[in-house]
Amino acid sequence: MNIVADATTAVSSSTRRLAVDVSNVSLTFDTADGKVEALSDVSLQIADGEFVSFIGPSGCGKTTMLRVIADLQQPTSGSLTVNGMTAEQARLSRAYGYVFQAPALFPWRTIEANLKLPLEIMGYSEGEQKVLAARYLALVNLTGFERKFPWQLSGGMQQRVSIARALSFDPALLLMDEPFGALDEIVRDHLNEQLLKLWDKTRKTVLFVTHSIPEAVFLSTKIVVMSPRPGRITDIINCNFPRDRTLEIRETPEFIAIAQRVRTGLRAGQSYDE
Amino acid sequence: MTSSAAALSMPRAGARRQHPLVARLAPIVTVVAALIVVWYIAAVLMNLSLVRGGFEREEAPYTTAELIAGTMDAERPLLPAPHQVVVAFVDGVFGYAPNAPRSLVYHSAVTLSATLLGFVLGALLGIALALLIVHSRVLERSLLPWIICSQMVPILALAPIFIVVLGAIGLQGLLPKSIISAYLSFFPITIGMVKGFNAPEPMQLDLMRTWSATPRQVLSKLRWPTATPYLFASLKVAITISLIGAIVAELPTGAEAGIGARLLAGSYYGQTVQIWAALVAAAVLASGLIGLVGLAERLVARRMGTRA
Repeated sequence: MNIVADATTAVSSSTRRLAVDVSNVSLTFDTADGKVEALSDVSLQIADGEFVSFIGPSGCGKTTMLRVIADLQQPTSGSLTVNGMTAEQARLSRAYGYVFQAPALFPWRTIEANLKLPLEIMGYSEGEQKVLAARYLALVNLTGFERKFPWQLSGGMQQRVSIARALSFDPALLLMDEPFGALDEIVRDHLNEQLLKLWDKTRKTVLFVTHSIPEAVFLSTKIVVMSPRPGRITDIINCNFPRDRTLEIRETPEFIAIAQRVRTGLRAGQSYDE
Repeated sequence: MTSSAAALSMPRAGARRQHPLVARLAPIVTVVAALIVVWYIAAVLMNLSLVRGGFEREEAPYTTAELIAGTMDAERPLLPAPHQVVVAFVDGVFGYAPNAPRSLVYHSAVTLSATLLGFVLGALLGIALALLIVHSRVLERSLLPWIICSQMVPILALAPIFIVVLGAIGLQGLLPKSIISAYLSFFPITIGMVKGFNAPEPMQLDLMRTWSATPRQVLSKLRWPTATPYLFASLKVAITISLIGAIVAELPTGAEAGIGARLLAGSYYGQTVQIWAALVAAAVLASGLIGLVGLAERLVARRMGTRA
Protein backbone atom coordinates (compact mmCIF):
# COMPACT_ATOMS: atom_id res chain seq x y z
CA MET A 1 0.00 0.00 0.00
CA ASN A 2 1.22 3.45 -0.80
CA ILE A 3 1.19 5.10 2.57
CA VAL A 4 3.13 8.20 1.61
CA ALA A 5 0.61 9.11 -1.05
CA ASP A 6 -2.16 8.56 1.47
CA ALA A 7 -0.51 10.74 4.01
CA THR A 8 -0.09 13.65 1.68
CA THR A 9 -3.85 14.04 1.49
CA ALA A 10 -3.64 15.36 5.03
CA VAL A 11 -1.09 18.01 4.21
CA SER A 12 -0.75 19.21 0.62
CA SER A 13 2.92 19.05 -0.48
CA SER A 14 3.80 15.83 -2.31
CA THR A 15 7.57 16.12 -2.01
CA ARG A 16 7.75 15.84 1.76
CA ARG A 17 10.79 14.36 3.37
CA LEU A 18 10.37 11.04 5.13
CA ALA A 19 10.91 11.31 8.87
CA VAL A 20 10.98 7.56 9.31
CA ASP A 21 11.33 4.89 6.68
CA VAL A 22 11.13 1.32 7.93
CA SER A 23 11.43 -1.49 5.43
CA ASN A 24 11.07 -5.20 6.12
CA VAL A 25 12.28 -4.94 9.69
CA SER A 26 12.15 -8.05 11.85
CA LEU A 27 13.31 -8.47 15.42
CA THR A 28 13.50 -11.78 17.23
CA PHE A 29 14.20 -12.05 20.96
CA ASP A 30 15.91 -15.10 22.37
CA THR A 31 14.14 -15.80 25.63
CA ALA A 32 14.21 -18.72 28.04
CA ASP A 33 11.01 -20.02 26.42
CA GLY A 34 12.48 -19.94 22.93
CA LYS A 35 12.39 -17.33 20.20
CA VAL A 36 9.83 -14.55 20.28
CA GLU A 37 9.13 -12.63 17.11
CA ALA A 38 8.57 -9.13 18.40
CA LEU A 39 8.49 -7.64 14.91
CA SER A 40 7.91 -9.60 11.74
CA ASP A 41 8.68 -8.02 8.38
CA VAL A 42 7.34 -4.59 9.25
CA SER A 43 7.40 -1.77 6.70
CA LEU A 44 6.22 1.75 7.40
CA GLN A 45 6.84 5.23 6.10
CA ILE A 46 6.16 8.34 8.09
CA ALA A 47 6.31 11.78 6.52
CA ASP A 48 7.65 14.84 8.25
CA GLY A 49 5.20 16.56 10.58
CA GLU A 50 2.83 13.66 11.00
CA PHE A 51 1.32 12.45 14.25
CA VAL A 52 1.38 8.68 14.10
CA SER A 53 -0.17 6.47 16.74
CA PHE A 54 0.72 2.84 17.23
CA ILE A 55 -2.07 0.84 18.77
CA GLY A 56 -2.42 -2.83 19.59
CA PRO A 57 -2.62 -5.31 22.44
CA SER A 58 0.35 -6.06 24.67
CA GLY A 59 3.12 -7.93 22.92
CA CYS A 60 2.26 -6.61 19.45
CA GLY A 61 5.67 -4.95 19.17
CA LYS A 62 4.56 -1.32 19.24
CA THR A 63 7.03 -0.38 21.96
CA THR A 64 9.74 -2.48 20.26
CA MET A 65 9.00 -0.57 17.05
CA LEU A 66 9.64 2.73 18.83
CA ARG A 67 12.79 1.38 20.47
CA VAL A 68 14.14 0.19 17.14
CA ILE A 69 13.56 3.63 15.63
CA ALA A 70 15.30 5.14 18.66
CA ASP A 71 18.27 2.75 18.28
CA LEU A 72 17.62 1.41 21.76
CA GLN A 73 17.25 -1.97 20.11
CA GLN A 74 18.72 -3.34 16.89
CA PRO A 75 16.59 -5.18 14.34
CA THR A 76 17.52 -8.75 13.45
CA SER A 77 16.94 -8.02 9.77
CA GLY A 78 15.63 -5.27 7.51
CA SER A 79 16.64 -1.64 7.32
CA LEU A 80 15.40 1.69 8.49
CA THR A 81 16.28 5.35 8.19
CA VAL A 82 15.41 8.14 10.56
CA ASN A 83 15.63 11.63 9.05
CA GLY A 84 17.50 10.05 6.17
CA MET A 85 20.16 8.57 8.47
CA THR A 86 20.62 5.18 10.05
CA ALA A 87 18.98 4.84 13.45
CA GLU A 88 22.36 5.03 15.17
CA GLN A 89 23.42 8.16 13.30
CA ALA A 90 20.05 9.69 14.10
CA ARG A 91 20.51 8.93 17.79
CA LEU A 92 24.05 10.32 17.79
CA SER A 93 22.86 13.48 16.03
CA ARG A 94 20.11 13.82 18.64
CA ALA A 95 17.33 13.61 16.08
CA TYR A 96 14.63 12.59 18.53
CA GLY A 97 13.35 13.09 22.04
CA TYR A 98 11.93 10.08 23.85
CA VAL A 99 9.14 10.08 26.44
CA PHE A 100 8.67 6.89 28.42
CA GLN A 101 5.65 5.42 30.21
CA ALA A 102 6.93 6.88 33.47
CA PRO A 103 8.30 10.43 33.73
CA ALA A 104 11.71 8.99 34.74
CA LEU A 105 12.76 12.33 36.19
CA PHE A 106 15.97 12.34 38.21
CA PRO A 107 14.73 12.71 41.80
CA TRP A 108 17.83 14.53 43.06
CA ARG A 109 17.48 17.28 40.47
CA THR A 110 15.06 20.18 40.61
CA ILE A 111 12.56 20.51 37.76
CA GLU A 112 14.78 23.08 36.10
CA ALA A 113 17.88 20.91 36.54
CA ASN A 114 15.98 17.96 35.08
CA LEU A 115 15.17 20.02 32.00
CA LYS A 116 18.79 21.09 31.72
CA LEU A 117 20.15 17.54 31.95
CA PRO A 118 20.04 16.67 28.22
CA LEU A 119 21.34 20.16 27.43
CA GLU A 120 24.24 19.69 29.86
CA ILE A 121 25.06 16.38 28.24
CA MET A 122 24.91 17.90 24.78
CA GLY A 123 27.26 20.71 25.78
CA TYR A 124 24.93 23.71 25.66
CA SER A 125 26.31 26.77 27.45
CA GLU A 126 24.99 27.67 30.90
CA GLY A 127 23.09 30.65 29.47
CA GLU A 128 21.46 28.63 26.69
CA GLN A 129 20.46 25.97 29.21
CA LYS A 130 18.68 28.52 31.34
CA VAL A 131 16.85 30.11 28.41
CA LEU A 132 15.77 26.78 26.91
CA ALA A 133 14.67 25.34 30.26
CA ALA A 134 12.49 28.40 30.87
CA ARG A 135 11.07 28.32 27.34
CA TYR A 136 10.06 24.66 27.41
CA LEU A 137 8.78 24.80 30.95
CA ALA A 138 6.50 27.61 29.77
CA LEU A 139 5.47 25.49 26.79
CA VAL A 140 4.05 22.83 29.10
CA ASN A 141 2.57 25.49 31.44
CA LEU A 142 4.87 24.77 34.36
CA THR A 143 6.56 28.15 34.79
CA GLY A 144 7.13 28.75 38.50
CA PHE A 145 8.00 25.14 39.32
CA GLU A 146 11.72 25.51 38.52
CA ARG A 147 12.92 25.04 42.10
CA LYS A 148 10.59 22.17 43.00
CA PHE A 149 11.77 18.60 43.20
CA PRO A 150 9.93 15.93 41.18
CA TRP A 151 8.18 14.38 44.19
CA GLN A 152 6.51 17.71 44.85
CA LEU A 153 4.64 17.52 41.51
CA SER A 154 1.64 15.38 40.53
CA GLY A 155 2.04 12.51 38.06
CA GLY A 156 0.55 14.54 35.21
CA MET A 157 2.83 17.49 35.90
CA GLN A 158 5.86 15.18 36.06
CA GLN A 159 4.96 13.71 32.69
CA ARG A 160 4.66 17.23 31.26
CA VAL A 161 8.17 17.94 32.56
CA SER A 162 9.42 14.83 30.82
CA ILE A 163 7.77 16.00 27.56
CA ALA A 164 9.41 19.41 27.94
CA ARG A 165 12.71 17.65 28.59
CA ALA A 166 12.32 15.60 25.41
CA LEU A 167 11.63 18.77 23.40
CA SER A 168 14.23 20.99 25.06
CA PHE A 169 17.02 20.30 22.55
CA ASP A 170 14.62 20.78 19.62
CA PRO A 171 14.73 17.33 18.03
CA ALA A 172 12.85 16.76 14.78
CA LEU A 173 11.06 13.72 16.16
CA LEU A 174 9.18 13.09 19.37
CA LEU A 175 8.86 9.41 20.30
CA MET A 176 6.28 8.77 23.00
CA ASP A 177 5.76 5.35 24.55
CA GLU A 178 2.37 5.33 26.31
CA PRO A 179 3.20 8.62 28.00
CA PHE A 180 -0.23 9.00 29.61
CA GLY A 181 -0.84 5.33 30.37
CA ALA A 182 -0.46 5.73 34.11
CA LEU A 183 -2.68 8.81 34.39
CA ASP A 184 -6.40 9.04 35.07
CA GLU A 185 -8.94 9.82 32.33
CA ILE A 186 -9.43 13.49 33.20
CA VAL A 187 -5.72 14.31 33.31
CA ARG A 188 -5.20 12.27 30.19
CA ASP A 189 -7.86 14.22 28.21
CA HIS A 190 -6.30 17.46 29.34
CA LEU A 191 -2.79 16.37 28.37
CA ASN A 192 -4.04 15.08 25.00
CA GLU A 193 -5.35 18.52 24.19
CA GLN A 194 -2.12 20.13 25.36
CA LEU A 195 -0.09 17.68 23.33
CA LEU A 196 -2.05 18.53 20.18
CA LYS A 197 -1.43 22.23 20.72
CA LEU A 198 2.23 21.51 21.29
CA TRP A 199 2.39 19.47 18.09
CA ASP A 200 0.67 22.28 16.20
CA LYS A 201 3.05 24.86 17.64
CA THR A 202 6.31 22.95 17.24
CA ARG A 203 5.54 21.10 13.97
CA LYS A 204 7.37 18.03 15.18
CA THR A 205 6.83 14.54 13.87
CA VAL A 206 5.29 12.56 16.70
CA LEU A 207 5.29 8.78 17.08
CA PHE A 208 2.90 7.83 19.83
CA VAL A 209 2.31 4.39 21.33
CA THR A 210 -1.00 3.87 23.09
CA HIS A 211 -3.53 1.32 24.30
CA SER A 212 -6.46 3.66 23.97
CA ILE A 213 -8.55 3.83 20.79
CA PRO A 214 -10.11 7.26 21.50
CA GLU A 215 -6.68 8.68 22.32
CA ALA A 216 -5.23 7.33 19.06
CA VAL A 217 -8.08 8.62 16.93
CA PHE A 218 -8.18 11.98 18.64
CA LEU A 219 -4.46 12.68 18.32
CA SER A 220 -3.32 11.17 15.09
CA THR A 221 -3.00 11.95 11.44
CA LYS A 222 -2.30 8.28 10.97
CA ILE A 223 -3.06 5.22 13.08
CA VAL A 224 -0.96 2.08 12.81
CA VAL A 225 -2.84 -0.97 14.07
CA MET A 226 -0.62 -3.83 15.18
CA SER A 227 -1.21 -7.37 16.35
CA PRO A 228 0.90 -9.85 18.30
CA ARG A 229 2.56 -13.23 17.73
CA PRO A 230 4.31 -12.30 15.55
CA GLY A 231 4.27 -8.52 15.95
CA ARG A 232 3.07 -7.04 12.69
CA ILE A 233 1.10 -4.16 11.17
CA THR A 234 -2.46 -5.15 10.28
CA ASP A 235 -3.90 -1.80 9.22
CA ILE A 236 -2.87 1.80 8.63
CA ILE A 237 -5.69 4.32 8.92
CA ASN A 238 -5.52 7.96 7.93
CA CYS A 239 -7.28 10.36 10.12
CA ASN A 240 -7.76 13.79 8.65
CA PHE A 241 -9.23 15.94 11.37
CA PRO A 242 -7.97 19.53 11.36
CA ARG A 243 -4.83 20.21 13.36
CA ASP A 244 -6.69 22.41 15.82
CA ARG A 245 -9.22 19.75 16.74
CA THR A 246 -10.94 19.80 20.12
CA LEU A 247 -12.22 17.05 22.38
CA GLU A 248 -15.74 17.62 20.96
CA ILE A 249 -14.83 15.88 17.71
CA ARG A 250 -15.04 12.63 19.62
CA GLU A 251 -18.83 12.81 19.28
CA THR A 252 -18.79 13.20 15.48
CA PRO A 253 -19.76 10.31 13.15
CA GLU A 254 -16.37 10.54 11.40
CA PHE A 255 -14.58 10.00 14.68
CA ILE A 256 -16.81 7.08 15.60
CA ALA A 257 -16.33 5.52 12.16
CA ILE A 258 -12.56 5.65 12.45
CA ALA A 259 -12.66 4.31 16.00
CA GLN A 260 -14.85 1.49 14.70
CA ARG A 261 -12.31 0.69 11.99
CA VAL A 262 -9.48 0.63 14.52
CA ARG A 263 -11.49 -1.69 16.73
CA THR A 264 -12.17 -4.01 13.80
CA GLY A 265 -8.49 -3.99 12.92
CA LEU A 266 -7.55 -4.88 16.46
CA ARG A 267 -10.11 -7.69 16.53
CA ALA A 268 -8.92 -9.10 13.21
CA GLY A 269 -5.38 -9.29 14.53
CA GLN A 270 -6.43 -11.18 17.62
CA SER A 271 -5.99 -14.91 17.60
CA TYR A 272 -8.80 -16.53 19.54
CA ASP A 273 -7.45 -20.04 19.39
CA GLU A 274 -5.51 -19.88 22.66
CA MET B 1 15.62 2.67 88.51
CA THR B 2 13.64 5.83 89.02
CA SER B 3 13.78 6.79 85.40
CA SER B 4 12.63 3.37 84.29
CA ALA B 5 9.75 3.60 86.74
CA ALA B 6 8.91 7.03 85.35
CA ALA B 7 8.93 5.62 81.83
CA LEU B 8 6.66 2.77 82.81
CA SER B 9 4.15 5.06 84.49
CA MET B 10 4.03 7.37 81.49
CA PRO B 11 0.96 6.00 79.69
CA ARG B 12 -1.12 7.09 82.68
CA ALA B 13 0.48 10.51 82.95
CA GLY B 14 -1.14 11.95 79.84
CA ALA B 15 0.38 15.44 80.09
CA ARG B 16 3.91 14.03 80.28
CA ARG B 17 3.39 11.78 77.31
CA GLN B 18 2.67 14.84 75.14
CA HIS B 19 6.14 16.26 75.60
CA PRO B 20 8.19 15.24 72.53
CA LEU B 21 11.52 15.20 74.34
CA VAL B 22 10.21 12.86 77.01
CA ALA B 23 8.60 10.66 74.37
CA ARG B 24 11.86 10.45 72.47
CA LEU B 25 14.23 9.94 75.37
CA ALA B 26 12.12 7.66 77.55
CA PRO B 27 12.77 4.44 75.59
CA ILE B 28 16.52 5.11 75.45
CA VAL B 29 16.72 5.95 79.15
CA THR B 30 14.71 2.85 80.02
CA VAL B 31 17.01 0.56 78.09
CA VAL B 32 20.16 2.17 79.50
CA ALA B 33 18.80 1.95 83.03
CA ALA B 34 17.91 -1.71 82.54
CA LEU B 35 21.39 -2.43 81.19
CA ILE B 36 23.04 -0.72 84.15
CA VAL B 37 20.96 -2.74 86.56
CA VAL B 38 21.88 -5.96 84.79
CA TRP B 39 25.53 -4.87 84.76
CA TYR B 40 25.55 -4.24 88.52
CA ILE B 41 23.97 -7.62 89.20
CA ALA B 42 26.51 -9.31 86.95
CA ALA B 43 29.37 -7.43 88.64
CA VAL B 44 28.21 -8.58 92.06
CA LEU B 45 27.83 -12.20 90.96
CA MET B 46 31.11 -12.37 89.07
CA ASN B 47 33.26 -10.67 91.69
CA LEU B 48 31.65 -12.37 94.66
CA SER B 49 34.04 -15.30 95.05
CA LEU B 50 37.02 -13.02 94.47
CA VAL B 51 36.03 -10.66 97.26
CA ARG B 52 34.96 -13.47 99.58
CA GLY B 53 38.36 -15.10 99.02
CA GLY B 54 40.06 -11.85 99.99
CA PHE B 55 38.10 -11.58 103.25
CA GLU B 56 38.76 -15.22 104.09
CA ARG B 57 42.51 -14.91 103.49
CA GLU B 58 42.62 -12.07 106.00
CA GLU B 59 40.39 -14.13 108.33
CA ALA B 60 38.40 -11.00 109.04
CA PRO B 61 34.70 -11.17 109.86
CA TYR B 62 32.51 -9.68 107.16
CA THR B 63 28.84 -8.96 106.58
CA THR B 64 26.89 -9.51 103.37
CA ALA B 65 26.67 -5.75 102.91
CA GLU B 66 30.45 -5.45 103.12
CA LEU B 67 30.77 -8.31 100.69
CA ILE B 68 28.50 -6.67 98.15
CA ALA B 69 30.15 -3.30 98.63
CA GLY B 70 33.48 -5.04 98.05
CA THR B 71 32.35 -6.46 94.70
CA MET B 72 31.79 -2.95 93.43
CA ASP B 73 35.03 -1.57 94.69
CA ALA B 74 37.64 -4.21 93.89
CA GLU B 75 40.92 -3.06 92.44
CA ARG B 76 41.14 -5.78 89.81
CA PRO B 77 37.61 -7.12 89.50
CA LEU B 78 36.61 -9.73 86.95
CA LEU B 79 33.88 -7.33 85.89
CA PRO B 80 34.19 -3.75 87.07
CA ALA B 81 31.00 -2.04 88.19
CA PRO B 82 29.68 0.73 85.90
CA HIS B 83 30.68 3.53 88.24
CA GLN B 84 34.28 2.24 88.35
CA VAL B 85 34.43 2.33 84.57
CA VAL B 86 32.92 5.79 84.49
CA VAL B 87 35.41 7.07 87.06
CA ALA B 88 38.35 5.52 85.18
CA PHE B 89 37.05 6.90 81.87
CA VAL B 90 36.49 10.41 83.21
CA ASP B 91 39.87 10.29 84.93
CA GLY B 92 41.54 9.08 81.74
CA VAL B 93 39.93 11.82 79.67
CA PHE B 94 40.14 14.80 82.04
CA GLY B 95 42.70 13.71 84.65
CA TYR B 96 45.80 14.13 82.53
CA ALA B 97 47.24 16.51 79.99
CA PRO B 98 46.03 15.49 76.51
CA ASN B 99 49.52 14.37 75.52
CA ALA B 100 50.31 12.42 78.70
CA PRO B 101 50.86 8.68 78.21
CA ARG B 102 48.06 7.89 80.66
CA SER B 103 45.56 10.16 78.97
CA LEU B 104 42.75 8.44 77.06
CA VAL B 105 42.54 11.50 74.84
CA TYR B 106 46.12 10.88 73.74
CA HIS B 107 45.51 7.20 72.99
CA SER B 108 42.23 7.93 71.24
CA ALA B 109 43.90 10.53 69.06
CA VAL B 110 46.58 8.03 68.02
CA THR B 111 43.96 5.42 67.09
CA LEU B 112 41.73 8.03 65.49
CA SER B 113 44.44 9.23 63.12
CA ALA B 114 45.10 5.66 61.95
CA THR B 115 41.34 5.09 61.65
CA LEU B 116 40.72 8.16 59.56
CA LEU B 117 43.65 7.55 57.22
CA GLY B 118 42.60 3.91 56.87
CA PHE B 119 39.01 4.94 56.26
CA VAL B 120 39.98 7.36 53.50
CA LEU B 121 42.27 4.80 51.87
CA GLY B 122 39.61 2.10 52.21
CA ALA B 123 36.88 4.33 50.78
CA LEU B 124 39.02 5.28 47.78
CA LEU B 125 40.03 1.68 47.16
CA GLY B 126 36.46 0.45 47.66
CA ILE B 127 34.98 2.96 45.23
CA ALA B 128 37.72 2.35 42.66
CA LEU B 129 37.13 -1.40 42.77
CA ALA B 130 33.37 -0.90 42.48
CA LEU B 131 33.89 1.28 39.41
CA LEU B 132 36.07 -1.35 37.77
CA ILE B 133 33.58 -4.09 38.57
CA VAL B 134 30.59 -2.14 37.28
CA HIS B 135 32.28 -1.23 34.02
CA SER B 136 33.73 -4.59 33.10
CA ARG B 137 32.16 -8.01 33.26
CA VAL B 138 35.61 -9.59 32.99
CA LEU B 139 36.84 -7.67 36.01
CA GLU B 140 33.68 -8.55 37.91
CA ARG B 141 34.36 -12.24 37.37
CA SER B 142 38.07 -11.99 38.12
CA LEU B 143 38.10 -9.49 41.00
CA LEU B 144 35.01 -10.28 43.05
CA PRO B 145 36.03 -13.76 44.26
CA TRP B 146 39.38 -12.38 45.47
CA ILE B 147 37.69 -9.49 47.20
CA ILE B 148 35.42 -11.88 49.05
CA CYS B 149 38.35 -14.22 49.86
CA SER B 150 40.30 -11.31 51.29
CA GLN B 151 37.68 -10.92 53.99
CA MET B 152 37.66 -14.61 54.96
CA VAL B 153 41.16 -14.54 56.43
CA PRO B 154 41.05 -13.46 60.08
CA ILE B 155 42.62 -10.02 60.33
CA LEU B 156 44.23 -11.01 63.62
CA ALA B 157 46.31 -13.54 61.66
CA LEU B 158 47.07 -11.15 58.84
CA ALA B 159 47.94 -8.08 60.89
CA PRO B 160 51.37 -9.27 62.14
CA ILE B 161 52.33 -10.34 58.61
CA PHE B 162 51.37 -6.92 57.28
CA ILE B 163 53.33 -5.19 60.01
CA VAL B 164 56.44 -7.29 59.45
CA VAL B 165 56.35 -6.99 55.66
CA LEU B 166 55.65 -3.29 55.71
CA GLY B 167 58.29 -2.80 58.41
CA ALA B 168 60.84 -4.58 56.19
CA ILE B 169 60.28 -1.99 53.47
CA GLY B 170 60.63 0.79 55.96
CA LEU B 171 57.02 1.61 56.74
CA GLN B 172 56.30 2.08 60.41
CA GLY B 173 53.90 3.81 62.72
CA LEU B 174 50.73 5.26 61.31
CA LEU B 175 50.74 3.85 57.77
CA PRO B 176 50.84 0.08 58.50
CA LYS B 177 47.95 0.48 60.93
CA SER B 178 46.00 2.48 58.36
CA ILE B 179 46.63 -0.14 55.71
CA ILE B 180 45.20 -2.86 57.94
CA SER B 181 42.28 -0.59 58.70
CA ALA B 182 41.76 0.06 54.97
CA TYR B 183 42.05 -3.65 54.22
CA LEU B 184 38.96 -4.21 56.34
CA SER B 185 36.97 -1.14 55.46
CA PHE B 186 37.14 -1.21 51.65
CA PHE B 187 34.99 -4.32 51.52
CA PRO B 188 31.57 -2.98 52.55
CA ILE B 189 32.17 0.04 50.33
CA THR B 190 32.94 -2.07 47.28
CA ILE B 191 29.89 -4.26 47.83
CA GLY B 192 27.63 -1.28 48.54
CA MET B 193 28.86 0.78 45.62
CA VAL B 194 28.62 -2.05 43.09
CA LYS B 195 24.98 -2.27 44.12
CA GLY B 196 24.63 1.52 44.06
CA PHE B 197 26.26 2.07 40.66
CA ASN B 198 23.91 -0.57 39.24
CA ALA B 199 20.85 0.97 40.89
CA PRO B 200 19.67 3.36 38.12
CA GLU B 201 16.39 2.31 36.54
CA PRO B 202 16.61 0.86 33.00
CA MET B 203 14.45 3.77 31.83
CA GLN B 204 16.97 6.31 33.15
CA LEU B 205 19.79 4.46 31.42
CA ASP B 206 17.76 4.38 28.19
CA LEU B 207 17.23 8.13 28.49
CA MET B 208 20.96 8.72 28.78
CA ARG B 209 21.39 6.60 25.67
CA THR B 210 18.80 8.58 23.71
CA TRP B 211 20.85 11.67 24.53
CA SER B 212 24.04 9.87 23.41
CA ALA B 213 25.65 10.46 26.77
CA THR B 214 29.26 9.29 27.13
CA PRO B 215 30.03 6.61 29.75
CA ARG B 216 31.65 9.31 31.87
CA GLN B 217 28.50 11.44 31.73
CA VAL B 218 26.38 8.42 32.66
CA LEU B 219 28.66 7.91 35.64
CA SER B 220 28.72 11.49 36.87
CA LYS B 221 25.12 12.45 36.15
CA LEU B 222 23.29 9.20 36.83
CA ARG B 223 25.26 6.42 38.50
CA TRP B 224 26.97 8.58 41.14
CA PRO B 225 23.84 10.36 42.37
CA THR B 226 21.88 7.09 42.39
CA ALA B 227 24.65 5.42 44.40
CA THR B 228 24.83 8.17 47.04
CA PRO B 229 22.45 6.55 49.58
CA TYR B 230 24.35 3.27 49.16
CA LEU B 231 27.60 5.16 49.66
CA PHE B 232 26.57 6.53 53.03
CA ALA B 233 25.17 3.21 54.21
CA SER B 234 28.48 1.53 53.43
CA LEU B 235 30.53 4.42 54.83
CA LYS B 236 28.78 3.98 58.18
CA VAL B 237 29.72 0.31 58.26
CA ALA B 238 33.20 1.05 56.97
CA ILE B 239 34.10 3.70 59.50
CA THR B 240 33.40 1.43 62.49
CA ILE B 241 35.33 -1.36 60.81
CA SER B 242 38.18 1.09 60.21
CA LEU B 243 38.28 1.75 63.94
CA ILE B 244 38.30 -1.95 64.74
CA GLY B 245 41.05 -2.44 62.15
CA ALA B 246 43.18 0.29 63.70
CA ILE B 247 42.73 -1.16 67.21
CA VAL B 248 43.48 -4.70 66.05
CA ALA B 249 46.57 -3.43 64.23
CA GLU B 250 47.86 -2.03 67.52
CA LEU B 251 47.66 -5.39 69.28
CA PRO B 252 50.35 -7.53 67.59
CA THR B 253 52.80 -4.68 67.09
CA GLY B 254 53.29 -3.97 70.75
CA ALA B 255 52.34 -0.40 69.99
CA GLU B 256 53.04 1.99 72.81
CA ALA B 257 50.12 4.24 72.13
CA GLY B 258 46.55 3.83 70.99
CA ILE B 259 43.39 2.27 72.33
CA GLY B 260 44.67 -1.15 71.29
CA ALA B 261 47.86 -0.58 73.28
CA ARG B 262 45.77 0.39 76.32
CA LEU B 263 43.72 -2.81 75.97
CA LEU B 264 46.86 -4.90 75.66
CA ALA B 265 48.61 -3.26 78.61
CA GLY B 266 45.45 -3.62 80.69
CA SER B 267 45.24 -7.34 79.99
CA TYR B 268 48.97 -7.85 80.77
CA TYR B 269 48.60 -6.38 84.22
CA GLY B 270 45.04 -7.54 84.92
CA GLN B 271 43.83 -3.93 84.93
CA THR B 272 40.26 -4.72 84.00
CA VAL B 273 39.05 -1.23 84.83
CA GLN B 274 41.61 0.21 82.41
CA ILE B 275 40.46 -2.22 79.70
CA TRP B 276 36.85 -1.21 80.17
CA ALA B 277 37.69 2.47 80.16
CA ALA B 278 39.54 1.97 76.87
CA LEU B 279 36.55 0.08 75.50
CA VAL B 280 34.27 2.95 76.46
CA ALA B 281 36.66 5.33 74.71
CA ALA B 282 36.48 3.16 71.58
CA ALA B 283 32.68 3.13 71.77
CA VAL B 284 32.52 6.91 72.17
CA LEU B 285 34.89 7.31 69.24
CA ALA B 286 32.82 4.96 67.07
CA SER B 287 29.54 6.72 67.86
CA GLY B 288 31.14 10.06 67.15
CA LEU B 289 32.44 8.86 63.78
CA ILE B 290 29.10 7.35 62.78
CA GLY B 291 27.43 10.55 63.91
CA LEU B 292 29.71 12.54 61.60
CA VAL B 293 28.96 10.29 58.64
CA GLY B 294 25.26 10.56 59.46
CA LEU B 295 25.53 14.34 59.56
CA ALA B 296 27.27 14.41 56.17
CA GLU B 297 24.55 12.10 54.85
CA ARG B 298 21.80 14.45 56.02
CA LEU B 299 23.51 17.48 54.50
CA VAL B 300 23.94 15.73 51.16
CA ALA B 301 20.37 14.38 51.25
CA ARG B 302 19.05 17.88 51.80
CA ARG B 303 21.03 19.18 48.83
CA MET B 304 19.68 16.34 46.72
CA GLY B 305 16.10 17.23 47.62
CA THR B 306 15.35 13.96 49.35
CA ARG B 307 11.82 13.85 50.68
CA ALA B 308 12.00 14.51 54.41
